[in-house]
Amino acid sequence: MSSLSLAVRDSSTMLRRNLLHARRYPSLTLNLLLTPIMMLLLFVYIFGDVMSAGMGGGADRSAYIAYVVPGILMMTIGGTVVGTAVSVSNDMTEGIIARFRTMAIHRGSVLVGHVVGSVIQSVASVVLVGLVAVAIGFRSTDATALEWLAAFGLMALVALALTWIAVGMGMVSPNVEAASNNALPLIVLPLISSAFVPVDAMPGWFRPIAEYQPFTPAIETLRGLLLGTEIGHNGWLAVAWCLALSALGYFWSKAVFDRDPK
Amino acid sequence: MPSSVMPTSKRGDGPQPSATTPAAVTAVGLRKSYGDKTVLDGIDLRIPAGSVFALLGPNGAGKTTAVKILSTLITADGGQAQVAGHDLATDPQAVRAAIGVTGQFSAVDGLITGEENMLLMADLHHLSRREGRRTAAELLARFDLTDAARKPASTYSGGMKRRLDIAMTLVGDPRVIFLDEPTTGLDPRSRHNMWQIIRELVTGGVTVFLTTQYLEEADELADRIAVLNDGRIAAEGTAEELKRLVPGGHVRLRFSDPAAYRSAASALREVTADDEALTLQIPSGGSQRELRSLLDGLDAAGIEADELTVHTPDLDDVFFALTGGTGRTDKKGTTVR
Repeated sequence: MSSLSLAVRDSSTMLRRNLLHARRYPSLTLNLLLTPIMMLLLFVYIFGDVMSAGMGGGADRSAYIAYVVPGILMMTIGGTVVGTAVSVSNDMTEGIIARFRTMAIHRGSVLVGHVVGSVIQSVASVVLVGLVAVAIGFRSTDATALEWLAAFGLMALVALALTWIAVGMGMVSPNVEAASNNALPLIVLPLISSAFVPVDAMPGWFRPIAEYQPFTPAIETLRGLLLGTEIGHNGWLAVAWCLALSALGYFWSKAVFDRDPK
Repeated sequence: MPSSVMPTSKRGDGPQPSATTPAAVTAVGLRKSYGDKTVLDGIDLRIPAGSVFALLGPNGAGKTTAVKILSTLITADGGQAQVAGHDLATDPQAVRAAIGVTGQFSAVDGLITGEENMLLMADLHHLSRREGRRTAAELLARFDLTDAARKPASTYSGGMKRRLDIAMTLVGDPRVIFLDEPTTGLDPRSRHNMWQIIRELVTGGVTVFLTTQYLEEADELADRIAVLNDGRIAAEGTAEELKRLVPGGHVRLRFSDPAAYRSAASALREVTADDEALTLQIPSGGSQRELRSLLDGLDAAGIEADELTVHTPDLDDVFFALTGGTGRTDKKGTTVR
């Protein structure tokens, strides 16, 4: 068997294993969905009128729904991959990983299985949260099929990038608690991005941080695709962030995995 | 000193009966240290194909480290080794294709069922779907797990987990099997079942490398035994050869009547007497013949001891002998009344 087909076959076996875990124990995935949905409802129904007025959209909260949903969707990805960090860390403490290491399988397949599984879960979570958003009144503004496709592509790319980082975080965490602590930035970063309020509304000293961290360009690009707002340099910035984080997470995780286990 | 008691196996020279059979595992000068703690301090091994080899040693002797290195889990700091004809350092993937490993800690996926664990192994060995199902069903039946096959492995008892673990190791027909303390933590029945399983494996022609803390287990199963102590092989040989190194075998007689004690002490030769405990120790290998002559001697002198204990050498004795320590008193013995 060629090394590529070996890699594909073993990775898909590992993917099936991870999806089986997710299906058998859905509580972790579902718990992670609660946070973005609660944030969505909180910001729309509790703070929505004020937010909407503050952004010049009048007292009608529908303008704010449109604004906040792309942010919430990106936040959903951040939350889902926290689960990835936890499950990778948990997996690495299991004896079965040692067994995999002594088998003639493609070495990267364990990690690839986690990554692909996590991206699939992220996209599924985004769809679920998106359905809630549509149910409470979110509509895209004349997005074409191509723009919808690009929007999904972007979210998959963000999921891939954040997943590789989360896998690295999971790999270096000695236990599940440490993994969930280490992955905290993935929850916090969306809060200090343009997800809930525009960067312009933030204090001047903070704006550069909010503007150039990975979530803001991704959220702004998603807004542009779904709502027709200006994307500008955010598109390239988002793709660059994703590629850089993917590469960083990949080499980091691989280096840790290739080390001798304790 | 240990190495002068019995030289460890050297490749090529020496009149070893196994020197001509192909080796499943060879190692020369394996070393491993963690920080400034040396765990393996130059290990040489030669294990003929189709035999059972036991690495015997106390906790912390380096047994698990040796298994981890030979099974490609970790890399050695020095030395070289071949497993199933492939070099560990240059072709670990070929080694992995030939071996099966059951580590000391359960290597099953607890979140999925026993059957799913087996099918996972079948997939990773690239068996076809049908072949995978057949192999899984066969092995589950062989290890008495068919009834539990659809339950999550996390709900299995220790013995069941260990059996599943070994069943998973056997998917893909490994030629060399590493078992790290396969019976530690098992109850006596499960332990004997495991021994039976290991014997069956060898009948099938595979080579088994096992580690154990129990001389009895090595004695039961192994063709050759190496005693690992402090990262070095203190002695290597058959169970009989090892036991001969140990001077600890004796018969112990206990009396409650001081008069009987005194007359026994004078009637028997070569006794070590303990006047306070009223016990006598007579050096003995514990064979039927030796015991009969001892008992005949006692009968002829009209002496009856209150208790007779046969002490056979065990791992501790081997260690004390090999590391130049002193012997110890009876802890484990077989009582004959």
